[in-house]
Amino acid sequence: MVSRSTHDHKPLIYEVRGGVGESPVRPDGTLKVKGEFAYASDLWLDDALFGVTLRSPHPRARITGIDISGALEIPGVYAVLTHADVPGTKHYGLDHSDQPVLAIDEVRYEGEPVAVLAATDPHTARRAVGRIVVSYEELEPLTDARQAVFDSSVPPIHPDGNVVRNQPIRHGDPDTATAEVVVTAEYEVGMQDQAFLGPESGLAVPAADGGVDLYIATQWLHVDRSQIAACLGLPEEKVRLTLAGVGGAFGAREDLSMQVHACLLALHTGRPVRMMYGREESFFGHVHRHPAWMRYEHGATRDGKLVYVKATIVLDGGAYASTTKAVVGNAASLGAGPYEVPHVSIDAYGARTNNPPCGAMRGFGAVQACFGYESQMDALAEKLGLDPVEFRARNAVSQGSYLPTGQVIDSPAPLAEMLRKAAATPMPAARSTMELGELPGGYGNTTHGEGVRRGVGFGVGIKNICFSEGFDDYSTATVRLELVAGEPVATVHTAAAEVGQGLVTLQGQIVRTELGVEAVTIRPADTSVGSAGSTSASRQSYMSGGAVKAACEAVRAQVATLVGRAEPDIQLTGGKVVSATTGVVADLADVLADGAVEETAVFRHRPTVPLDPFTGQGDSHVQLALCVHRAIVDVDVELGLVKVVELAAVQDVGRIMNRESLEGQIHGGTAQGLGLALMEEIQVTDGRIRNPSFTDYLIPTILDMPPMRLEILEYADPHAPYGLRGAGEPPTLSSTPAIVAAVRAATGLPLRRIPIRPEHITQQ
Amino acid sequence: MRVELIVNGTERFADDVWPGESLLFTLRERLGLPGTKNACEQGECGSCTVLLDGLPVCACLVAAPQAAGRDVVTVEGLAVEDQLDPVQEAFVETGAVQCGFCTPGLVVMVADLIRRTPTANDAEVREALAGNLCRCTGYEKILDAVRLAAARVAS
Repeated sequence: MVSRSTHDHKPLIYEVRGGVGESPVRPDGTLKVKGEFAYASDLWLDDALFGVTLRSPHPRARITGIDISGALEIPGVYAVLTHADVPGTKHYGLDHSDQPVLAIDEVRYEGEPVAVLAATDPHTARRAVGRIVVSYEELEPLTDARQAVFDSSVPPIHPDGNVVRNQPIRHGDPDTATAEVVVTAEYEVGMQDQAFLGPESGLAVPAADGGVDLYIATQWLHVDRSQIAACLGLPEEKVRLTLAGVGGAFGAREDLSMQVHACLLALHTGRPVRMMYGREESFFGHVHRHPAWMRYEHGATRDGKLVYVKATIVLDGGAYASTTKAVVGNAASLGAGPYEVPHVSIDAYGARTNNPPCGAMRGFGAVQACFGYESQMDALAEKLGLDPVEFRARNAVSQGSYLPTGQVIDSPAPLAEMLRKAAATPMPAARSTMELGELPGGYGNTTHGEGVRRGVGFGVGIKNICFSEGFDDYSTATVRLELVAGEPVATVHTAAAEVGQGLVTLQGQIVRTELGVEAVTIRPADTSVGSAGSTSASRQSYMSGGAVKAACEAVRAQVATLVGRAEPDIQLTGGKVVSATTGVVADLADVLADGAVEETAVFRHRPTVPLDPFTGQGDSHVQLALCVHRAIVDVDVELGLVKVVELAAVQDVGRIMNRESLEGQIHGGTAQGLGLALMEEIQVTDGRIRNPSFTDYLIPTILDMPPMRLEILEYADPHAPYGLRGAGEPPTLSSTPAIVAAVRAATGLPLRRIPIRPEHITQQ
Repeated sequence: MRVELIVNGTERFADDVWPGESLLFTLRERLGLPGTKNACEQGECGSCTVLLDGLPVCACLVAAPQAAGRDVVTVEGLAVEDQLDPVQEAFVETGAVQCGFCTPGLVVMVADLIRRTPTANDAEVREALAGNLCRCTGYEKILDAVRLAAARVAS
C-alpha cells in the first residue's frame, strides 16, 4: 500500500496480514485435519432418536394404502409419519411447490419419500421401516423427456403439464439466414451426480416454544427455512436453522432433502431426531444434473465467421420442477456460447418426467449447452479447415459484444487472449517410458503402448454469475468491532453457507483489509441474521463478500464519526484510525473503549430482468465468466480407454482474492468436468437408477486426474466488489468439451454423447 | 456383545455391539469418535481409513468384532495434543482441505504412506491414494500436501 500522507507512515507499516489477495490458512482447516470439525452427520444428543425414510420402489405408481401398524409394534419405534401428518402445506419446491413432503396419492419417481420413522437407534429404525406396508398400483412411467415436451398425446404427470418452461431466443433474422458452410448434429449429456462426500444429514431439536431448531448441511439456510416453516405450519421465527459442517454441495443441497422430515419427527415425538443418509439413499435423496438432448445447426462463412446458430435443447427435469425453470434460462441464454453470432434461434425446454428429479449442479444448464456448442465449433473448424483455436478466436466475444439475448457484455471478456494463452501453454513432454501407470488402463496392464493415440483439444465455457432474470438476489452481513482484552477484534455474522469453497477464509480477509484488524472471528452461519442467499451460481464471493465489505464500510464510517472525522478518506489500519491527508487520527482501541461498533449491511447486485418469454431478449445476467481449457489425452483405440495426460486452464477472475482457494476451485471444477466427459453417469433405465453406489457411479480418483496448469487473469469487473468475478463454475463447463475434443482428435470419431464410454470408441 | 480394543493407545470397550456391525459404526456411534467419516460404506471412498494393527483399512469393511483386542489408530490419534502431525499441517497449509470430508481418511493414509515410503514419487503417491476419493480439490493440492509433508519428515 502506498500512503498519500506526508505524515508519519508508521501505522501503515503495521498493515495486517491475511487480507484480500493473500492466501491465509482456512480457519476451519485445523479442525478438519484433526477430525474434530462437526459435520451434520457427526451431531449427537444423548436422547436423540434416529430417523429413516421409506421410499417408493416404483418410478410411477398410485398409492392405494399405507399400513404402518407393523412398524409401530416394534419396540423402540417412536413415530411413523405419512403425508397425513404434515401439518402445513404438503408440497414444497424452490421455484414451484410441486413436490410432496411425503407422497400423497401417487409416487412419481423411484425413491420418492412415502413415510418417515423415528426409533431409538439406526438398526431398529431400519428394521422397522421394512414393516411399513404400502400398496401400490403401478403406472406406466413417462421417461422420455422429448416425448414429454413434444408429444401432446402423452397424459401430463402433473396437473399443470409436463413442460416446466419453454424459453425461445430470437436474435437477428434466423429464419432467413443462410450460410456457406453448415454443420448439424445431435448431442446427448448423461445424468451427472454431484457426489459430494458427506451424505445428507441433520439434527432437529424440538424447542420449548413449540418451534424447532435444525442443525443442517445446506446451501441456503433461509430458503430452507421458508419451505420448512410452511410445511410445518409454523411461523418462520419458530424454525431456527444453524449451518452444520457441510461435506461438499455442488448444487445438490439447494433443494430440501430430509429437513422437513427430521423436523416433523422431532415435533411429533418431542425428542431430538437425527437423520443421516447412506450413499445409496443419497443417490435417491437429492436432485442431479439435468440430462440433455440437443440438436444444433451452425452456419458460417468460408472465411470462418459464424452466421447463425439454431438449436433445440431439451432438459429432463425428472419428477418435480426443482430449479428446472432457471436451468432452462441458462441453457437458452448461453446456448450459443461466448461467440458473436448475427442470427440465433434457440428453443430450450425443461420437462417433467418420471425420471429422478434434476436441479442444480455446478454449471447449471450452461454445462449441457457448452458441450453442444463447443462440439459444433470443432466440427465447423474441421469442415472449414481452420485451427479450432483460431476459429474460436475469430468469433470470440469481447467487451461490448452482444449476447443473443441482446445483453451487452459490459465488462472485460478477453476470450481471444485466453484462447491464445491456452494454445501457447507449453506441451507436456512426449511419453518417454512404457510406465504402465501412465498408459490408458494403468496398472490394469491392458496395453504396453500399442494402439495408443494422443489427442489435443480445446474447450471454452461462459457462465452467468449470481442469480439472473430479475431475481431479488441479496446478501446480509453484520460486522462488529470491539475490544477484547484491550485489542480490537472484528466479528462477522452471515447466514452464508461454507460448503468447502473457503468463504469463511475470504470473509476474514475482507475484514482485515477493510478494518485493519488482524483478529477476526467468523460466527456460525444461522438464521438469526438476514439471508445471505444461496451458495451457488458462483455468487458468494461477490454477494456475501460484497455484504461483508459494505458492513465494514459502515463500521468504518461510524468510527470516523466517533473521532469527529466523518470523511471518506478515513481508513483503519494496524489498529489505528488514519486519514489519508493528515495521518494517524486516533488509536482504534481508544475509540472502541466506550463500546462496540456494529453495523449490518444488505448487498444487492445491479438489477436484472427476466427474458422475454417469446423472444428471449433482456439483460438477464449480472456478470459473465469465461474459462478455456486445453486437454491432452492418450486413447487406447483398441480398448476404448482414455488417459487424460494434462489439463491446462486459463480463467479470468477479475481479481484474485485468495489464490490458493481459487486454484482449488479451478482444479476441483475441472475434475468434475473430466468426470462428465469420461466417467460419470447415473444410468437410468425405465425410470430406475441402476448404479446408486460409488462402486458403479465412478468419480475421478487421483489416478484419473492429470497434472493441471493454470493461468489466471485479472481483468477487473468495474461493477463487482474488488473487481472480482465468480470463479467456481466456469472450469466445470470448459474441461468437458476440451477432453472430448482431444479424444475426437485421437480417434477421429464424432463422439456426440457424454460421458464417453469405451464402447463408443471401439464400436464405431 | 462386548468388543474390547485399543483405540489411539487407550483401551476401550463397546457394549451391545451387533455381530455384523462395522468398526466404523462402533467408532462413530459407540466410542464417540466421529472423525472417521462415513461416505460410502462399501470401501470405495477411503473416507473411513484407519490403521488396524498398523495397516490402513476401510473401517466400514471391518466387522467390529474382528477388531477385538487389536490396535486401532483413527484421525483423532494423529495429533499429539495441539501438535499436528506433519501430514495434517501440510494439508492445512497447502489448501488440500476444502470441504474436508475426505480429509480424515486421507491424512491417515498419507501418514502411513510417508512412514513406509518416505521418498515416494508422484506416481507412487497416486497409486497409494487411488482408494481415497476427493470431490473438491481435483487432487492437485493433495499432491502438494504429500510432497510438503514428505519433505518435512525427511528433513
